[in-house]
Amino acid sequence: MALAKKDILDMESLSVEDISLILDTADRMKEISERPIKKVPTLRGKTIVLFFYEPSTRTRTSFDIAAKRLSADSLSLSASTSSMVKGETLIDTGRNLEAMNPDVIVIRHTCAGAPHLLAKMLKSPVINAGDGMHAHPTQALLDLMTVRENKQKISGLKIAIIGDISHSRVARSNSIGFKKMGADVVLCGPPTMIPKGIEALGVSVTHKVEEAVVDADVVMMLRIQKERQQHFLFPTEREYSMMYGLTHARLAGAKENVLIMHPGPINRGVEIAYDVADGPYSIILNQVTNGVAVRMALLYLVTGGARDADAD
Amino acid sequence: MLTLIKGGRVIDPGNVDEILDIVVREGIIVDIKQNALTEEDDTESIVIDASGKLVVPGLIDMHVHLRDPGQEYKETIETGCRAAAFGGFTAVCCMPNTNPVNDCRQVTEYILKKGTKEGSARVYPVAAVSKGLKGEQLCEYGELKDAGAVAVSDDGNPVTNSRLMRRALEYSSRFGLRVISHCEDLCLAEGGAMNEGAIATRMGLPGIPNAAESIMVERDIALSELTGIPVHIAHVSAIESVRAIRDAKKTL
Repeated sequence: MALAKKDILDMESLSVEDISLILDTADRMKEISERPIKKVPTLRGKTIVLFFYEPSTRTRTSFDIAAKRLSADSLSLSASTSSMVKGETLIDTGRNLEAMNPDVIVIRHTCAGAPHLLAKMLKSPVINAGDGMHAHPTQALLDLMTVRENKQKISGLKIAIIGDISHSRVARSNSIGFKKMGADVVLCGPPTMIPKGIEALGVSVTHKVEEAVVDADVVMMLRIQKERQQHFLFPTEREYSMMYGLTHARLAGAKENVLIMHPGPINRGVEIAYDVADGPYSIILNQVTNGVAVRMALLYLVTGGARDADAD
Repeated sequence: MLTLIKGGRVIDPGNVDEILDIVVREGIIVDIKQNALTEEDDTESIVIDASGKLVVPGLIDMHVHLRDPGQEYKETIETGCRAAAFGGFTAVCCMPNTNPVNDCRQVTEYILKKGTKEGSARVYPVAAVSKGLKGEQLCEYGELKDAGAVAVSDDGNPVTNSRLMRRALEYSSRFGLRVISHCEDLCLAEGGAMNEGAIATRMGLPGIPNAAESIMVERDIALSELTGIPVHIAHVSAIESVRAIRDAKKTL
């Protein structure tokens, strides 16, 4: 089976079948990373451009490792090393890159919609590694994979996502992804951090952590960004932690064996208590591990690897 | 022991307004009727002649300045509460523009502790919207609510930053605290000594236009509609503000 999409731009444009195919492929890819020699020749001779207009450690490293494990050649460009600083437009930079025949372009951008614009202009497959506050589909996919791996299902689960929903592409992509796969999603944060009209995604909203975690199978915490204080979203880290920080006491209403997730980087002692982050139900590092597998699967699928495999 | 409050005009707004007697037994009202008599053999009864006076439920002043801490030479929690009780007010909401500002648990608790000790009127502290009333950072409403604050206001100053005002409405709603808004466009009001108009002109005093108030009333109404959260407009003094509030209430 092959993926019928040129690009991976957001969770909206992926069907349930697409998502299942990606997750199944990622499950198989994961094994490669557990071998003593963590490399297969699948994407030998393919070129992957990692184009990061916005700082990233985890996602870029994850894509880089994914590409290398599949024997692709990867190269990283950041905003400061690209011609953007010389005033070149995104489209021109994209066209110049394409003129060098890359096989996949992975892009992270501060502006919502930048990957979509690039995808429309270019023939190469484009993977969105995060665009503004809009979407982060590879994160949502690795979260889906991690939940499915731990719970053996997604449908029927209750997922609580807690934090600055307004500014979170992870919350948006996960809301759409988990809903699509049949889970219930409840979003939680102070009223200042809940964007207008978010209920249109089919999610419910609460302002109290204690309510959000009731019967939750998964609690996903989002990073609180200190600079948001200047935008009056919360008074202090201290009060945020007291009202919204995830502690053992606050988890009392959740299901037994509740999974604790976080897209990282975490602020210990702020949105998540030390012992919860390091506790037995925390699968934060599994998310990182699965991130590589999901990105291997995506690189493989968008380069038509599956079609070649079928032909063999 | 009985206390009889005789012959006063008893007012319970919306319910009662007539000349009645009130019978009080051990601090609790047991009867309100015309021509109540004490038992003849009860020599300990106290009769208060209230004829020609108003008899009303304990009044609440939503907006007082007790000036304590920091400006005790003007007023203290003790003198303010006694003045309130003397005027028939059994409870007061005190504004946070003290020194230090009531923007943290310690000040709220200080006011409550002193108010309770004084005892002549109940004190309900109103905490600040923004740290130091500066309009730059939200206060910790969760903690202030827990300490005993009943509302938030930057009274004395308007919240000039509309984004901060929006966030204050949203964040306060999480804790059941109402925002009390001091509506004033400082640029329009600057330097003014009295209401702008013929009298100010004749007296040669710089005037303050009504719009200095109503502009911000209308802004707060717009933010209230945006967020779906009610706002309390303090000390309304201009007809334009009254109209704006009346019209806004109609659309609710």
